[in-house]
Amino acid sequence: MLRTLTLTSALALGLAAGMATAAPEGHVEDFDFSFEGPFGSYDQMQLQRGLQLYTEVCSACHGMTHVPFRTLADEGGPGLPEDQVRAYAENFEVFDQTLFDGEGDFRPATPADHYPVGALSNAPDLSLMAKARAGFHGPYGTGLSQLFNGMGGAEYIASLLNGYEEEPECALEGEPMDGFYNTVFTAGGYPDSCKDEDGNYTVPGSWIAMSQPLYGDDVEYADGHSTELENEAQDVAAFLMWAAEPKLVARKQAGLTGVIFLTVLAALLFVTNKRLWAPHKHPEH
Amino acid sequence: MAGIPHDHYEPTTKGEKWLDSRLPIVGLLYNTLMIPTPKNLNWMWIWGIVLTFTLVLQIVTGIVLVMHYTPHVDMAFASVEHIMRNVNGGHMIRYFHMNGASLMFFAVYMHLFRSLYYGSYKTPREVTWIIGALMLVLMMAIAFMGYVLPWGQMSFHGTAVITGLFGAIPFVGEAVQTWLLGAGAVGQPALNRFFSLHYLLPFILLGLTLVHIWAFHTTGNNNPTGVEVRRGSVDEAKKDTLPFWPYFVIKDLFAMAIIMAVFMAIVGFMPNYLGHPDNYIPANPLVTPAHIVPEWYLLPFYAILRAFTADVWVVMFVDWISFGIIDAKFFGVLAMFGSLVVLALAPWLDTSSVRSGRYRPMFKWWFWLFVVNFVILMWVGAMPAEGIYPYIALIGAAYYFAYFLIILPLLGVIEKPLPTPATIEDDFNAHYGTDKRGVKPVATPAE
Amino acid sequence: MSHAEDNPGTRRDFIYYATAGAGAVLTGAAVWPLVNQMNPSADVLALASIRVDISAVDPGTQLTVLWQGKPVFLRHRTEEEIALARVQDIDLDSMPDPVARNANIPGEVPALDENRVLALPEGSAEPQGAWLVQMGVCTHLGCVPLGDGEGDFGGWFCPCHGSHYDASGRIRRGPAPENLPIPVASFVDETTIQLG
Repeated sequence: MLRTLTLTSALALGLAAGMATAAPEGHVEDFDFSFEGPFGSYDQMQLQRGLQLYTEVCSACHGMTHVPFRTLADEGGPGLPEDQVRAYAENFEVFDQTLFDGEGDFRPATPADHYPVGALSNAPDLSLMAKARAGFHGPYGTGLSQLFNGMGGAEYIASLLNGYEEEPECALEGEPMDGFYNTVFTAGGYPDSCKDEDGNYTVPGSWIAMSQPLYGDDVEYADGHSTELENEAQDVAAFLMWAAEPKLVARKQAGLTGVIFLTVLAALLFVTNKRLWAPHKHPEH
Repeated sequence: MAGIPHDHYEPTTKGEKWLDSRLPIVGLLYNTLMIPTPKNLNWMWIWGIVLTFTLVLQIVTGIVLVMHYTPHVDMAFASVEHIMRNVNGGHMIRYFHMNGASLMFFAVYMHLFRSLYYGSYKTPREVTWIIGALMLVLMMAIAFMGYVLPWGQMSFHGTAVITGLFGAIPFVGEAVQTWLLGAGAVGQPALNRFFSLHYLLPFILLGLTLVHIWAFHTTGNNNPTGVEVRRGSVDEAKKDTLPFWPYFVIKDLFAMAIIMAVFMAIVGFMPNYLGHPDNYIPANPLVTPAHIVPEWYLLPFYAILRAFTADVWVVMFVDWISFGIIDAKFFGVLAMFGSLVVLALAPWLDTSSVRSGRYRPMFKWWFWLFVVNFVILMWVGAMPAEGIYPYIALIGAAYYFAYFLIILPLLGVIEKPLPTPATIEDDFNAHYGTDKRGVKPVATPAE
Repeated sequence: MSHAEDNPGTRRDFIYYATAGAGAVLTGAAVWPLVNQMNPSADVLALASIRVDISAVDPGTQLTVLWQGKPVFLRHRTEEEIALARVQDIDLDSMPDPVARNANIPGEVPALDENRVLALPEGSAEPQGAWLVQMGVCTHLGCVPLGDGEGDFGGWFCPCHGSHYDASGRIRRGPAPENLPIPVASFVDETTIQLG
C-alpha cells in the first residue's frame, strides 16, 4: 500500500515536474487582496507598508512619474498627514525647468510635484505597473480566467517578487545567463540547455534583468506586521495597485450605486411597460 | 413621402400655427415619434435605440475628455492619467467612454444579426441596409482612431500595423500610407490628424443615423414575421401597429435600463477586462509588444485579414493570375474590406422570396452557424498566428464568404419555406390574449 | 382588475409618476459629473496654496512669484521704507481707496500700513512691517506695476496708465480705483511664506 502510494506520487510529481511547455510559463499565485471584488477597498496600513517598501527599496531605480506626492494624503489611500507628506516629498529631487533663468535645475519636491523619473533608465516606471500586467490568462484565449479572478496585475507583481529561485540544473550546463532566474517572469531570456529536443520549455519562468529586490525582512514595519517575503511582496503589490488606480474605491461605489438604482428603475419600467401594453395584449381586461 | 398611413400632426394653438408655418419642426418630430410601429416587434428590435444612446454617450463623454486631453506624443499618455487622477469624476468618464465603445459594438453586432435573421436587408429596405453598412465602417474607423489617442503600446503598434495595410495597395500603396501618416511612420502628425478625425466622424455618423431613420421610416420597420404592415387605410394600419410613443419608447427604455445596469457593473467592477494591459505602457517605437491585438470588436475582421497567408492556394492562384500584383498581404486587405462589401451586398445575394428566418427552416441552421463562426473568428483573431489557429481562421473566413456568396443565393432556390402568417395582427394575437368572443385565433405556424 | 376604476387617475398614474421621477433622478445623477468635471481639477486645487522660500530676499529687495497665474510681490522693506509707509498713513482720509483690501483681516478696515503688512512669526527679529505681500496686478486694467520705490510716492508705479502706489501699496494718484490687494498669506516659519 505504502509502496504503491510512494510510487504513484513519485510518478505524479515526476510528471508534473517534467512537463515541457511550448511557450514559457509562469504560475501566478491568486493572492487575496483587500481591494478585490465589488465591495473591495484598500487597506490603509497595507498601503503604508507598501509605500515604505517602495521608498526604501524600489525608488532607488524605479520612478512613479504619474503619481503626485499629495495623493499620499488622500482619503482611501495611504492617508498620511499633510505635514508628513511635505517632509516625505522633500526627500526627493525633481527637475524644475523654470529655475536658473529657464535652464532648469533640481530642487526638493513639494506635495504638488509628482514622483521623479527613475534613476535607472531601463527600470520601468511603476505608476501603472499593476494595470500594465495581467496575472491571469485564457484558458485558450477565452478570457474566462480574468472574468472570475480579475486581471491579476497586483497578483502578478506579488508572485514575481516572490518568484526568484536558484537557477535550475539545466541552466548550469550552458553559457551563464544574463539576468536572474524567476519562475513567474516569462518575457526574459531562456537558455537552450533548458529546452528539450522539440524546443519545448522544461522549466517555468525565465531570466529577468532585475536582481532580486526583496528577500524578506528588508524593512522594519512600524506596525510590527510580518516582514516575510510573501507578505512584503503583497504589501508592495497592493501599494502599486493604489498607485495605478487611486480611484478604485470611488469607482466601485459608483458602480454599486448605479447597478442598484438601475435595477430599481428597470423594475419600475417593467411594470410601466406591462401596464401600458396590457389593453393590447389582453383585450378583455 | 411613402410610408404607413397615419394621423398627422395638426397645429392647434396660435403659437403652434405660427411656428409650423415658418418651420414645421414640431410636426416633423411629432410624426417621427408617433410613427406606426409593427406591434409584434420582439426584444431584438431594441438595439437601434441602444446604438443611438451609446452614440450620444460617446459624443458627450468624448467632448468632456477632449477638454482635458493633449494630442501630443510627449503629453498624450500623461494627459490621460491626468484625467484618471485629477479631473473630477474623470476616471468614470474615461471608463464610460472606453467601455461605451464596446457596448456600441456589441449592440451593432446584435442589430446586424437581427437584420440578417429577419431579412431586414431585403427589398424595400436595401438603402437602409447600405447606410447601415456605411455606419459600421465609420464606427470601425472612429474606434480605430480613438484607440490611438492614449498613445500606449497597443495604440502605437496597432496603428502601425493597420496603416501598414494601406502600404500593401499595389503601385500607390506607399504614397497612400505616407499621405495617411503625414510621415514615414506613426508619430505626431498621425496622432494630431487622428484626433481631429476622431472628433469629426462621430458627427457624420450622427447625420447618417438620421438618414438611416428617415429611410426605415419611409419603408416602415420590418418585423419578426417579415410580413408588411397593411397600408390600405389608417384604420387598417392601426390593426397591425401601435404608435412608437409610448409603447416602444417605454419598452426600449426598459431594455436600456437592464443593459445599463450590466454596463454600470462592467464599468464599476471590471473596466479593464475588455482592454489590453499593454496599453498602460507608454508607446515605445523601438519595442514591439509580444502580440499585437486590436480591440475585441475588430477581431473577426482582423482574423480574416491574417487568414490569407502566402501558402493558401487561392492566394497563390490570385497572385499568379494577377502577375504578382495581388500578393498575400494585399489579398488579406482585400479580404478584410471585402467582408464588409459582401455584407452590404446581402440584399442582392439572398434570393429567397421569404423575408424572415422564422419561416425558413434550412436557412436557420446556416444562419446560426454564421453567428458561431463569427464568434470563433473573433476568438481566433486574438490568438497568435501559429499552430492550428491559422487553419481555423481560414475555415472561418471561408465560411463567412461562402455564407453570402454561395449559401444565401442557393438557399432561396432550393429551400421550401414554411407558410407565413396573413397579417401582423394575426401573428400578434396568436401570441397574446383572445378576441372579443374569448376564442384564441388560429395559431400561426410556430417558430 | 375592476378595482383599477375605483380611483381613476391616481392608482394607475402612480407607477408612471414613480418611473418618470426615477428617470429624472437618474438623468440628474448622470448630468452632474459632466458639469462638475469642468470645476478645477485636483492638480489645480493643489496649487491653490504655495510656499515661497524668502531666505534669500534681502531688505530693500522684492521677490515676485507666479501664483494661480498671477504675480505676487513679496517685498522685504527696509527701516526707511517702513517709516515712510507709516508717515504716509496720515493721508488716509484723502486717499482714493481708504480700505486696507487685506484678505487676512475680516471685514473692511482702514488702509493703515499696519493693516496691510504681513504678521511676523513668533520670536522674529525683524521690525514690524518688514514684509509686505500684495498682488502684483494693477487694479486699473491689470498691468504689472514697477517696484523698487518707483513713482512719486516711493512705492510702485504702473507704466500703462500712470497709477502711483505708495510704500504700502496704496493707490495715491492715477486711474486705478483700489489699493493693491493683499492675498491670504502667512509665515510658515522664519524663511517660508505660504500664499493661499
